[in-house]
Amino acid sequence: MYDFEFEKPSSISDAITLLSSEEAMPLSGGQTLIPALKQRLNAPSKLVSLAGIPELRGVSVNEGGMLEIKGATTHAVIAKQASSHYPALSALASHIGDPAVRNRGTIGGSLANNDPAACYPAAVLASNGKIISNKREINSEDFFQGMFTTALDEGELITAVQFEIPTVANYQKFLQPASRFALTGVFVAKFDSGVRVAITGASENGVFRWSEAEALLSDNFSPSSLDVLTFSTDGLISDLHGTPAYRASLIKTLTKRAVIAAK
Amino acid sequence: MPKVNITVNNNPATGEVEGRTLLSTFLRDIVGLTGTHIGCDTSQCGACVVHVNGDAIKACTMFALEADGATVDTIEGQANADGSLNVIQQAFQDHHALQCGFCTPGMVMSASALLKENPSPSEAEVRKYLEGNLCRCTGYHNIVKAILAASGQEVSAVAAE
Ligand SMILES: Cc1cc2nc3c(=O)[nH]c(=O)nc-3n(C[C@H](O)[C@H](O)[C@H](O)COP(=O)(O)OP(=O)(O)OC[C@H]3O[C@@H](n4cnc5c(N)ncnc54)[C@H](O)[C@@H]3O)c2cc1C
Ligand code: FES
Ligand code: FES
Repeated sequence: MYDFEFEKPSSISDAITLLSSEEAMPLSGGQTLIPALKQRLNAPSKLVSLAGIPELRGVSVNEGGMLEIKGATTHAVIAKQASSHYPALSALASHIGDPAVRNRGTIGGSLANNDPAACYPAAVLASNGKIISNKREINSEDFFQGMFTTALDEGELITAVQFEIPTVANYQKFLQPASRFALTGVFVAKFDSGVRVAITGASENGVFRWSEAEALLSDNFSPSSLDVLTFSTDGLISDLHGTPAYRASLIKTLTKRAVIAAK
Repeated sequence: MPKVNITVNNNPATGEVEGRTLLSTFLRDIVGLTGTHIGCDTSQCGACVVHVNGDAIKACTMFALEADGATVDTIEGQANADGSLNVIQQAFQDHHALQCGFCTPGMVMSASALLKENPSPSEAEVRKYLEGNLCRCTGYHNIVKAILAASGQEVSAVAAE
């Protein structure tokens, strides 16, 4: 790992100023960034830690009834504090990695990274969520732009994430036991206005919505509604853990399981 | 070079570090506490688990400067005041929960974090909590047994040997 300057500001505005210098990067939980630095995949001149900024931590329900989670809130805190507001999201957080990873890793870091197998992108997309940055609000549909790619500009910080709270929801993670990420994961969220289904870990373009399943489940929220569908293998990830056909099959099975388990 | 001040096992530890100095490096090479092991150095194996302000974390995936001002507990601080093994360490010995011992510091630190959070875990809860701690020797059963025993529970119930 190359050396860098380490800064730990105590406000968002100070962090933004520090991030405006050439080759500066935010450091949140470091669970993705530190391994990447060790592999010299990144070589920032300056790391700006978000851990000393109180306004970047916390879980609450805002005036509009949306669950708002600040950008540097850890998975462990989300697992605890979101459980009464949004149990399916809390359960998702409590199954990320392992306890030590959950004590460090944060939702903002996970979303900024947009790993194609990460869990939160599915929750944000299925919950019609919004990414709040220091400059703007970004709808989940516009935020995720393919593997490891997001709408964030250079030096732009995720300050919070907002979720619409569904009437019932469930996340099914099919564990890839070596990485402890999702081999494929499906988040199903049922709202009065309809059902949203978001899939992670399967597509070469990252997280996406399964619109055919959404339409059928909005009509009849039952696993048998999906019997008529076959998921196409086009554009699905092929790696040593699973073929496109295997992932297509997982998508359908996990969606059914999520419908059965939704509460 | 920047300076860090960390309270390690109730003793102040100070050192000059680089931005990139890991907490694991600080503990091992600057403070001289080599009980925190480096297995993978990629946050997979858990041999380096220590507690920072009471939370279990992987010391290979945190910078020393991030722990400035924090309280860190390592395996070296776990024994009782008179030097005898604490209840978890003793249970590891009694239940043959280690062979080569490489993973043991991390296992004990994870076990102590678990029992603080959940003083009477089920076997399944112990196994789930240890997801981030790999052992290449024991096959885990005796580790799970030791942790259940340390929590004061009957251990004969653990099925597989
Ligand atoms: C063993 C292991 C298992 C894991 N399992 C899972 C899993 O099952 N599911 C899952 O979803 N994830 C998993 N992860 C990833 C984990 O959730 C990470 O914590 C997460 O991806 C990154 O968050 P972080 O806070 O650690 O970010 P960092 O590593 O600090 O940063 C990641 C990237 O985001 C940028 N960044 C950080 N915060 C912000 C911000 N607020 N605004 C803008 N950019 C920012 C950084 O500059 C960096 O480029 C696992 C990780 C490990 C090590
Ligand atoms: S050495 Fe830190 S997790 Fe393996
Ligand atoms: S006892 Fe050898 S790795 Fe666990």
